Amino acid sequence: MNSLKLWTAIGMLVLASSAGDVMLSAAMKRIGDLDLIRMEKGLLGVISHVVRERLFLLGLCCLIFSFFCLLTALSWGDASLVAPASASLTYICSAIMAKFLLHENVDRRRWLSAALVCVGVLLLVK
Amino acid sequence: MADIRVKFKKIFIYLAIACCNGTGDVLLKRGMENLGEIHLNHWTHIFNAFIDPWVLLGICFLAGFFYSYLTALSWADLTFVLPATAFGYVVTAFLSRVFLHETVSPWRWAGVLLITCGVGLVARGPSLTERHTKDATLSKDSALAKDTTLSKDPSLAKDAALSKEQHELA
Repeated sequence: MNSLKLWTAIGMLVLASSAGDVMLSAAMKRIGDLDLIRMEKGLLGVISHVVRERLFLLGLCCLIFSFFCLLTALSWGDASLVAPASASLTYICSAIMAKFLLHENVDRRRWLSAALVCVGVLLLVK
Repeated sequence: MADIRVKFKKIFIYLAIACCNGTGDVLLKRGMENLGEIHLNHWTHIFNAFIDPWVLLGICFLAGFFYSYLTALSWADLTFVLPATAFGYVVTAFLSRVFLHETVSPWRWAGVLLITCGVGLVARGPSLTERHTKDATLSKDSALAKDTTLSKDPSLAKDAALSKEQHELA
């Protein structure tokens, strides 16, 4: 029962942080190249542009929610299990979401790299 | 020429994301060591963290990380930028070995090696695939659409309606 609770929290954390990343990515694509905006309007102009984008705020809310899920999961389980498990699952989940929601061209090279990073993060706790 | 600039931009943003992420984490850890353990009964002690210069510096680095992450996302795919955030773990491993004098096990070095390979694979590929041509045609289409609506000129139509109304009133 306890492990079910823990994995539910990890699952929610992974989904929320991937969804947040996907929303941030979509929002930034909509805003356009930040370097160009900064050259035209300065740093404050960039901040006002970004903060006014609704999708960005929604993504930020998702990331904040995922942070609270992380804190909850950490209080239920070991840090050496929760942190790497959620981080590596997030890479895979984000790649899948980027392919199907953002229609990014995730080719064999990117799948392979997502898998390598995922295993690498898991090894970091050994 | 433009090709070199794009390549330079890619490398620079990758390094900025990885270094800011890794350094920020290590600085936070260094600052929290000064603070000691936080007990749930005295959780307000956590606000002391905001006075610690290491923690403040760490927060600055993490803010820099978020800014460079957003900048990268504004011109590159999510699947291109994500491995760069993982590269932050590599920086953390090196810094905690050198700066915090933690021991890093062989398994961890293996993980660092795998992450580096994964990052290298993606970084050598294109940052924004196929979308360029599609976007160009899309923006051309929308520009055309704007032109046609402009040529209809809604203000003229409004003027005509107004004059008609005035005529009727008179």
